[in-house]
Amino acid sequence: MTLQIELKNINKAFDDHPVLVDLNLGIEEDEFLTLLGPSGCGKTTILRLIGGFETPDSGSIIFEGRDITHLPPYLRPVNTLFQQYALFPHLNVYENIAFGLRIKKIQEAEIKKRVGEMLNLVNLRGFDKRRVESLSGGQQQRIAMARALVNRPEVLLLDEPLGALDLKLRKDMQVELKRIQQETGITFIFVTHDQEEALTLSDRIVVLNEGVIQQIGTPIGIYNEPSNAYVADFVGESNIIEGVMHRDYDVTFSNHRFVCVDVGFKTDEKVDVVIRPEDVEIVSPQEGMLTGRVLSCLFLGVHYEMRIDTGNEVYLAHSTIARDVGDTVGIRVIPDNIHVMRKG
Amino acid sequence: MKHFKNLSAPYVVWALIFIVVSLFMVIFYAFTGETGQFTTQHFVRFFSGSTLGTLFQSLKIALISTVICLIIGYPLAYIIAMSTSGRYRATAIMLIVIPMWMNFLLRTYAWVTILSKNGILNSLLRMVGLGPLDILYTDWAVVLGMVYNFLPFMILPIYTVLEKMDQGLIEAAADLGCNKVLTFVKVIFPLSLPGVVSGVAMVFIPAISTFEITALLGGNKTNLIGNVIEQQFTVTGDWHYGSAISVVLMLFLLVSLFFTDREERDKVHASASDMVDTHQDVAFPETNQQEVHYD
Repeated sequence: MTLQIELKNINKAFDDHPVLVDLNLGIEEDEFLTLLGPSGCGKTTILRLIGGFETPDSGSIIFEGRDITHLPPYLRPVNTLFQQYALFPHLNVYENIAFGLRIKKIQEAEIKKRVGEMLNLVNLRGFDKRRVESLSGGQQQRIAMARALVNRPEVLLLDEPLGALDLKLRKDMQVELKRIQQETGITFIFVTHDQEEALTLSDRIVVLNEGVIQQIGTPIGIYNEPSNAYVADFVGESNIIEGVMHRDYDVTFSNHRFVCVDVGFKTDEKVDVVIRPEDVEIVSPQEGMLTGRVLSCLFLGVHYEMRIDTGNEVYLAHSTIARDVGDTVGIRVIPDNIHVMRKG
Repeated sequence: MKHFKNLSAPYVVWALIFIVVSLFMVIFYAFTGETGQFTTQHFVRFFSGSTLGTLFQSLKIALISTVICLIIGYPLAYIIAMSTSGRYRATAIMLIVIPMWMNFLLRTYAWVTILSKNGILNSLLRMVGLGPLDILYTDWAVVLGMVYNFLPFMILPIYTVLEKMDQGLIEAAADLGCNKVLTFVKVIFPLSLPGVVSGVAMVFIPAISTFEITALLGGNKTNLIGNVIEQQFTVTGDWHYGSAISVVLMLFLLVSLFFTDREERDKVHASASDMVDTHQDVAFPETNQQEVHYD
């Protein structure tokens, strides 16, 4: 893996409101990198900086060793898949895809060949002469993708491209996206606020909050080892409980002393304990480390989601076995599934 | 909505009397003689006489005015629409609209004093040793009056289209390799054509039929079709001939609107034919490929 794009000490503010604060990020060649965060976290701004639609207030953007911070969009070897597709309404499908090639004065025969390849790639053969307004959202999405990829960019920027699609179509397009990325070997930088989408698609995920990177890692790494309570809460559902870390492998929360696998805290340091709902085992009251009363039980398809009140906290638990509301149950968590995090 | 149907009655009556009935009266007069018998003699007279030449002269002057309005109006509309400050845009549009609040004749009279032999313009020209020039009572004074009066009608529809244009499309063009000039040629201008078409229609129609501007700024030297019609009603008293010329002018406008409008209707046809997948060759306009950097 070689470093392709480097964002160095980027600061960006809109109307004196800081959006990105001293941001450093390296993007590797051919990876599927996702910028994940809530709206307003600065993820789209990062994409627009790389695309050339914004310039940073300070810092620099290096592309394969070359400083492109002040290069206009049309001179950058990147293409963008816009959130609202931005297809040209006065051109048909063929001309939309051919647009970038015509600007580059490519030979007509070559254009024809490459547009054909793209229509194949996005599974829209025979749509050449259609007007873009006559296409469905999913089809417009694919045309936008073809229009960007036909230029053979080194990097494709995707700004929440699936946001406007319904759930079924979104799932299909996710598979498509991943397939196209693997077939073309182009670096994808993907922006989304949907953590599930990020986990499904990415090689690496960058979790952002208020313009600051919270964690960078593989989907599995981020899900299993969130570096702080924010990431744990944003990526997947979590129980976040206040606790006290007495010494290595020894933590108290919900008035119970647990064995855990975490080390390196100060004596009796106040910590956040993160437990995933699927790691909360529901057992009989006698077997439980904690006991609580079932507040609610919702059927979610694959599993039931239960809220269990232990008196101090309400735990979220996922289980394939339903319990009656009002029942007293026991809760067990094995040491591996207790994630202790520093406050802050 | 049915509830409100009755409320439209006054408008229907109004439209019937002042549009449909008066239109039929004009057509009736055009095809009848002194005693009310059917005749086509007025049309024969029109197409064999000198009035036909006047129609072409009017056409020429209206076309020149429309083209000048477009040349001035489009860049102005573009500059205003591309401003990021909403306040600036509102102020600029206000400044364009405000003169229209003043009486049309009054505004045109003002040009008489500016352009006349001892007017403001000639006084200035004399001071720099260029004048005096005969400007008033020429075709160019008429063109000036038309451009001055009708320019807002060109600017406003173009501005409306440009202002509503999706910024995403402009960014997409830049993303796909267009510099500012190419973005304009390939995306902005083609998408603003509907505004250009309505602007052209809104300038051309009053320009070809006006008689006030010609009367005030053209004196008796420039005689356009509007003036000929007016004279038939107010001076000669030949309502039948006047109506006949009006009918010809109306048909003429209908035909020219049909052509300017075709662009728009072609789009509708094209999208209909998309469904059956016709093979139309798409000609792509040649553009000059000079590198223009924007910063």
